[in-house]
Amino acid sequence: MKLTLKIWRQNGPEDKGGVVTYPIEGVSEDMSFLEMLDVLNEGLTAKGEEPVAFDSDCREGICGMCGVMINGEAHGPERTTTCQLHMRSFRDGDEIVIEPWRADAFPVIKDLCVDRGSLDRIIQSGGYISANTGSAPDAHATPVPKDDADRAFMAAECIGCGACVAACPNASGMLFMGAKITHLGEFPQGQPERDARVLSMTGQHDEEGFGGCTNLGECSRACPKGIPLNVISQMNGDLLRAQRHRA
Amino acid sequence: MATSTISAGKRPRTGSILLKTVMAVTGVIFVGFILAHMYGNLMIFAGKDSFNEYAHHLREFGTPMLPEKGFLWIMRITLLVSLVLHAASAFLLWSRAGRARTVRYVQRKGEWATFVKRSMRWGGVALLVFVVFHLLHFTTLTINIGGTYDNPADRLVASFGEWWAVLIYLFAIACLGMHLLHGIWSAGMTLGLNTSLDMAERLRLVAILVAVVVVVGFALPPVAIFLGLIP
Amino acid sequence: MTAPLIEGLYREGEPIADTAAPAGPIAEKWTQRKFDAKLVNPANRRKLDVIIVGTGLAGASAGATLGEAGYNVKSFCYQDSPRRAHSIAAQGGINAAKNYKGDGDSIYRLFYDTVKGGDYRSREDNTYRLAEVSADIIDQCVAQGVPFAREYGGLLDNRSFGGVQVSRTFYARGQTGQQLLIGAYQALERQIGAGTVQMYARHEMLELIVVDGKARGIIARDMVTGEVQTHLADAVVLASGGYGNVYFLSTNAMGCNVTASWRAHRKGAYFANPCYTQIHPTCIPVSGDHQSKLTLMSESLRNDGRIWVPKRREDCEKDPRDIPEEDRDYYLERLYPSFGNLVPRDIASRQAKNMCDEGRGVGPKVGDFRRGVYLDFKEAIGRLGEDAVRAKYGNLFDMYKQITGEDPYQVPMRIYPAVHYTMGGLWVDYDLQASIPGLFVTGEANFSDHGANRLGASALMQGLADGYFVLPNTIRDYLADGPYEPIDVKHPAVVEAQDAVERRITTLLGINGDRSVDSFHKELGHIMWEYCGMERTEEGLRKAIDLIRSLREEFWRNVRVLGAADTLNQSLEKAGRVADFLELGELMCIDALHRRESCGGHFRAESQTEDGEALRNDDQFLYVGAWEWGGDNGDPVLHKELLEYEAIELKQRSYK
Ligand SMILES: Cc1cc2nc3c(=O)[nH]c(=O)nc-3n(C[C@H](O)[C@H](O)[C@H](O)COP(=O)(O)OP(=O)(O)OC[C@H]3O[C@@H](n4cnc5c(N)ncnc54)[C@H](O)[C@@H]3O)c2cc1C
Ligand code: SF4
Ligand code: FES
Repeated sequence: MKLTLKIWRQNGPEDKGGVVTYPIEGVSEDMSFLEMLDVLNEGLTAKGEEPVAFDSDCREGICGMCGVMINGEAHGPERTTTCQLHMRSFRDGDEIVIEPWRADAFPVIKDLCVDRGSLDRIIQSGGYISANTGSAPDAHATPVPKDDADRAFMAAECIGCGACVAACPNASGMLFMGAKITHLGEFPQGQPERDARVLSMTGQHDEEGFGGCTNLGECSRACPKGIPLNVISQMNGDLLRAQRHRA
Repeated sequence: MATSTISAGKRPRTGSILLKTVMAVTGVIFVGFILAHMYGNLMIFAGKDSFNEYAHHLREFGTPMLPEKGFLWIMRITLLVSLVLHAASAFLLWSRAGRARTVRYVQRKGEWATFVKRSMRWGGVALLVFVVFHLLHFTTLTINIGGTYDNPADRLVASFGEWWAVLIYLFAIACLGMHLLHGIWSAGMTLGLNTSLDMAERLRLVAILVAVVVVVGFALPPVAIFLGLIP
Repeated sequence: MTAPLIEGLYREGEPIADTAAPAGPIAEKWTQRKFDAKLVNPANRRKLDVIIVGTGLAGASAGATLGEAGYNVKSFCYQDSPRRAHSIAAQGGINAAKNYKGDGDSIYRLFYDTVKGGDYRSREDNTYRLAEVSADIIDQCVAQGVPFAREYGGLLDNRSFGGVQVSRTFYARGQTGQQLLIGAYQALERQIGAGTVQMYARHEMLELIVVDGKARGIIARDMVTGEVQTHLADAVVLASGGYGNVYFLSTNAMGCNVTASWRAHRKGAYFANPCYTQIHPTCIPVSGDHQSKLTLMSESLRNDGRIWVPKRREDCEKDPRDIPEEDRDYYLERLYPSFGNLVPRDIASRQAKNMCDEGRGVGPKVGDFRRGVYLDFKEAIGRLGEDAVRAKYGNLFDMYKQITGEDPYQVPMRIYPAVHYTMGGLWVDYDLQASIPGLFVTGEANFSDHGANRLGASALMQGLADGYFVLPNTIRDYLADGPYEPIDVKHPAVVEAQDAVERRITTLLGINGDRSVDSFHKELGHIMWEYCGMERTEEGLRKAIDLIRSLREEFWRNVRVLGAADTLNQSLEKAGRVADFLELGELMCIDALHRRESCGGHFRAESQTEDGEALRNDDQFLYVGAWEWGGDNGDPVLHKELLEYEAIELKQRSYK
């Protein structure tokens, strides 16, 4: 396949950046999208041009490190991560526009790499259950209904990639946050801190400069793990409850 | 030892979810009002007298516990406050969303979400303008269409004899329908009602149902009047 | 160090006499050690600094636990968030001797299975302790909210894994590693929020600081700004994962590296059993030259899938669905009637290689041979129904389809072995302390528990055992003697380390040759896979050592690294890692060459039984080979830690 790539290049956080066009040939259908970029980078290196910086690590769709906007869609046209997207999804002669995630809470570091530390700070503010090492009761002490455990698992599948934020017209981080609140809130162990968790995390979310959710659902459509929108509703409900309890 | 549990309460409370909650609650108030309003409008099909009687009844509702028009004023104040809160929250959220992404994408897909987003914002603004017009028309009687009449039913019938008035109202009703379609769904989300995939389906269904009922219910009188179906 | 140079490649030094394990019956050693280890007064903990490199299961759990205890922790990872460490990719599950199924499991049985699975090349004391603390791990994770699979009654579910006959594996669908790591990550973030842990994400450790014989800090590069920073502490913990990426293609993440361990090795830490590599039998085969990594298909697939190749070479090109039953060779079922498709990984992998070497491999040709065998679910779909198969393996089938474009519900999967795990690593004693005092090594980065082959679902167990329960108890014995004397940043040892890192960066950027870093990495990987992979020979290993030496020489003359030192520079990062792999690769080959026996994942063609099974040589090789760095122009020095089996009787492994 022959393709035309239009890639966002930006030399550093302060640089203004812009789109640069690169033609590329000899792309095979079996390549993953990132392997196609590897090929581009080998070519650039050979020509003495600095390779395009992009993030990836596991390349199995689980670590959440990769993620770029491909033709205006987070992680590209399929519901999967960028690293699991294969060139089969494109046609010979296609033009592909590649941009970094855009949100003020995710400043660009270089080219296609952004800083998603804001997601970590949301977790820091309460996305956990306080269980000190060694103080745990036997794992079978509290049975958990299978339905609850399954819903918790579904929400816990989030890989923290940030595609939801990138896709959201409001650059909101609520799908990510709702997933964590739903995950921990489904367990008996998560109850003692349930109110405090939602109050603290939602506060941190706004402080990081994410936008507010207007329930459009783009996040869930872009999410490679298919996290459903109802985690946001769950979080909203939890917040109302927490505020009632505090009042 | 420096272990910790979550300490809530150190954060500001004007969070975006709070703003959305305000929008949801005021939105629900509007939905109630709109349904009642629609019921009143449909009275016209029972004849001009019934319609006038209903309008009169509104003024006296609650008397003698309340002074005359007392109920009406309570309603008006509630609606006005709701409107201010609803719109203010909307504008605040709008501006926050703008600040959350100051550098835009070169290319963007997701046309539907963008359309819904715009229709909520600009449709909302259009509704705001319309409400002012509507109040000037039927409440303060500042605007007169098709002549001046002293009872509500005659005023109604005369106004909708004009094709352009019908068009303005139909456009507003369409905006309202769109607004409800997403607004009711959104209010349900914000109030924590969507807790499973089934609930999501139901919520969507309710939103569609209410939107359709409202659009049809509001569109019937002006269309019927224009077509001369109401004597 | 006076012993003669052996084969011109290495010297033999003093054996390792002491592993610091307490005396007494094996079942009481850990209790004894915990009691003997000195305590640190809570008020003093704040004054003690601990550096932890790595935020995988081993590093995040240690960071969280030491933070909770009140120490001052600095945590490092090269990814943009601690949650992305490669532990996240583990699919299958985690073992624990809970005996919730009442099928006769026990601490002793888990211990026994691990030693046997490791082909009797692991240290009994450490392995026993691993089995002992395994049950606590599950309790801890459940308390944190890890969503393990449950039964309808609300209790935890278990599955069984290759090489054992009890159900002791806890799992969270195909994402066990992810869920466990998120649990540890959240505990770590909680401590970051509380201020006991300082997180340095996108920071790469490039040097160890050793002062007066003790590990006292690291040099790290801020990968965003390029700043070369000095971090000092009372103790340093390396939890930096495995080095499978020396093979270029592996199931490891792109960034997995040996740099942290290797830098410590060059500063005096022994590197043990570097040649013990695990090659996992069920991975998606290579599809072409562009390939950047290999993807694992969980071992659990072998519970229901049947592995076969055509009986005749002529059939290899045919559509597998057109090959009748009688023309198929279900070779594992044929060769190992009692374990069948569930033999341990090393055996399953080698037999797949043998089939392909015979010319009976399937799939596209890579070089001269087809490299793949079928993993067929037709029978399982017939027996259980497609829906049941989907419920069990749906996410794996989807992943397979995403990558290959083939639908495994219709056509058999094609699989082939790939490098997956490294049993070797920095040598540690019972306290997980390396041969440099004050340096501790946990998780896959150390060599300790798995001998020459690791059983499925035991690495997650080891990472969390080390981080939550073992290290926090042993490191306090070392820290109790602290705070150690403060060190000035102008101390010669610190300045020397800092300069070395800066010099190296400048050199790499200045060579400006013709070849990209990746091209060197690929070539090294090819050499390693060919000669130090599933089957190793004297001749091949000698050849490999020569090839690696000349490749290394070319690297430092001809590599091209573009860009600047003071920004994010991924070529520069890779170059540093590949430079270290080029040194490690040689040591792996030397280790493989010197060990003239077959054991676990290390198969020497010269040492096999008549029917082609691995043949150990306990008389000569019942030891851990711990290598000391011999200097840039010197030769490595071998220190033997003799293994003693008291609790378990030595036997030749058999899965027939
Ligand atoms: C695909 C796959 C599937 C697996 N499945 C299973 C399974 O089902 N069951 C099982 O028990 N085991 C499994 N394993 C093995 C197991 O996952 C690993 O052995 C284990 O998770 C290693 O954990 P760790 O904490 O030691 O290292 P890792 O999780 O690899 O973490 C290494 C950490 O070190 C950091 N680091 C490395 N070098 C540097 C440096 N120079 N500077 C700064 N930071 C650095 C990294 O950022 C990272 O945080 C699997 C492995 C793979 C690859
Ligand atoms: S919710 Fe989905 S899109 Fe958002 S971070 Fe998690 S996995 Fe990514
Ligand atoms: S690189 Fe890990 S999810 Fe894509």
